[in-house]
Amino acid sequence: MTTNDALLSVENLVVEYPVGRGRKVHAVSDVSFDVQAGETLGVVGESGCGKSTAGKAIVQLPRPTSGSVLFEGTDLVKLDGDQLRRFRPRLQMIFQDPVSSLNPRRRVEDIVGDPLSVWSAELESSVASKQERKAKVAEVLEAVGLDPVSAAGRRPHEFSGGQCQRISIARALVLEPKVLICDEPVSALDVSIQAQIINLLEAMKARFSLTLVFISHDLAVVRNISDRVAVMYLGKLCELAPSDVLYRTPAHPYTAALLASIPEPDPAIVPSTTGRLTGELPSSIDPPSGCRFRTRCPRAEERCAAEEPVLREVATGQRVACHFPLVEARPAAPANVASQQSA
Amino acid sequence: MSRGHTTAGHEYPEIPAETLLTVEDLRTTFDTPRGKLTAVDGVSFELEAGRTLGVVGESGSGKTVLSRSVMRLLPKRGATSTGRVRFNGHEMVGLTQKQLRGIWGTELAMVFQDPMTSLNPTMRIGNQITESLRYHLGMSSSEATEHAVVLLSSVGIPTPERRLHDYPHQLSGGLRQRVTIAIALACGPRLLFADEPTTALDVTVQAQILDLLAAQQRERSMAMILVTHDLGVVAGRTDDIAVMYGGKIVEQAPTKTLFAEMRMPYTEALLGSIPRADQPSHTPLQAIPGRPPDLVSPPPGCRFAPRCPYAQPRCRHEEPPLREAPTKGHRFACWFPVGTPEGRQALEENRVRGVALDPARSVTT
Repeated sequence: MTTNDALLSVENLVVEYPVGRGRKVHAVSDVSFDVQAGETLGVVGESGCGKSTAGKAIVQLPRPTSGSVLFEGTDLVKLDGDQLRRFRPRLQMIFQDPVSSLNPRRRVEDIVGDPLSVWSAELESSVASKQERKAKVAEVLEAVGLDPVSAAGRRPHEFSGGQCQRISIARALVLEPKVLICDEPVSALDVSIQAQIINLLEAMKARFSLTLVFISHDLAVVRNISDRVAVMYLGKLCELAPSDVLYRTPAHPYTAALLASIPEPDPAIVPSTTGRLTGELPSSIDPPSGCRFRTRCPRAEERCAAEEPVLREVATGQRVACHFPLVEARPAAPANVASQQSA
Repeated sequence: MSRGHTTAGHEYPEIPAETLLTVEDLRTTFDTPRGKLTAVDGVSFELEAGRTLGVVGESGSGKTVLSRSVMRLLPKRGATSTGRVRFNGHEMVGLTQKQLRGIWGTELAMVFQDPMTSLNPTMRIGNQITESLRYHLGMSSSEATEHAVVLLSSVGIPTPERRLHDYPHQLSGGLRQRVTIAIALACGPRLLFADEPTTALDVTVQAQILDLLAAQQRERSMAMILVTHDLGVVAGRTDDIAVMYGGKIVEQAPTKTLFAEMRMPYTEALLGSIPRADQPSHTPLQAIPGRPPDLVSPPPGCRFAPRCPYAQPRCRHEEPPLREAPTKGHRFACWFPVGTPEGRQALEENRVRGVALDPARSVTT
């Protein structure tokens, strides 16, 4: 499944949290995917699907329960603290709430410049002198669209949400990372500002040759920025496909339901209530047997409760974990009958 | 769909539509350490019974303060609000708190953005719903409980009898927002304010909640003001849309007209900044450069001019009035409107001159 030339390979990742009395939250259950150098992988799903946990597990915050995270061939899970430190500058993260992810008491030049001092031993190109550090900070601030002269001495509260997100991006980029994990970076922003930040991430990706993992619940945003998209539901990977394929011909019923809920900015399109998800997300302490989506799935049958579907390829590059995927349905016979026969 | 239902009133002129809400020259200012901040600056509009108005704008455009000023839900100190708000026969400006309490809930209700903080965490769901039924409608405890069960099932909460005994933390965000809607609808208001009702929710839940609001609005022939920053949310679900910028309405039109014949460059820019799921990946988004104006000292002339690709010298000195467009019910405030010869010429001139609007634009586009 995983090719060796992938920059980042996540294999059989499991993250569980104990919640007392021997029970545990199955936040991420046996998820595998890889990220090629220079691509943007989008990760979508509702709240509680494990997308942020998966993103954090990649940078070993906290370390996953089991599974491996291969970065340029090295398994980060197996490294001890000192060894892991050497890799940290190359995997950076930006978070959802730009205001609370910046220390309100510090100046922008320190927020952005500190990583250089903290990681001075680990960095390939060390930034020795104060002047060099200052120049580097100014360079990234300029790159993210802030005026280094006026911004450097100010504190986060003097900036708007969009500008704070620019500062977070600058702080991540100052270390010249290879991989940037973006956890809902635009969810807290207005649409107009959201567009600025997405365009900025695209520009930064090109300028610093980044590889992005872009986590979001907003499918339209994910489609715009991603080359491939992974859809998660209740800790499981449902579907993984090139974004244009995924949005044109979704194979998993959950993907189709997600796409049906995107609000269209066009009054000619009357919101249809068909294809809407009903019911609530089941508990991740005691997830449904078999396919975890079966309790809300319009196509679910007995087999879905008994047997867990494995991720398999249904079209070029499109992999889906479903017994009755939408792309295999034969038009002549009712979909479920057809797939039962083939199964 | 609400539109088919509500526009029926216009096709039969013998039943004149009743004006439920009239707002005239509403102006709300806050005292801040830096000076007076005018959050709502001379807003006027009307809303007929049973219709849905979308109020759209970025953070800081004054859309939330507008809805709170209409409801008279402003802080007692530091806020001044003048103008005329006539709702369902009441002159809202100047009413005492006691008089307002008789209107809130029964005639005028609100659903807030964050269902986590708008419910009382220490009270059971049932008590939070029956409270207003008993207070406003004088129901007995058992009557109120019965009615609460009906309300909870009408907003799509499964096993409502059991849910009455739950505390808010036992419910998901989507269910909690359903509960706040049930509370708002409890006494059968004639106008419901929904202030970013789905911003804190997932896309799938957002669709469910918007469907629910539309269904309830149709069933109860209640008017609704849907406040949001997302044009996508209001596109298919409102009769009219008012776009706000810098505390003013800059364009207002029936929804279809607004999307088909938008005149205000800000409306165009807002629509252009939305990523569309039907566009291929990596389509560059048309971000609006810069950020909204500082309402303590707004720029002279048109407030959108510093961010506007159409802006000409006139825009920076002379404020455009809100004027009528050829289509009925369409108003806009712009000297060089989108889709007109003047607008096209202004855009072309700016392009030729290579006007750099903002440092952010050169980076982001």
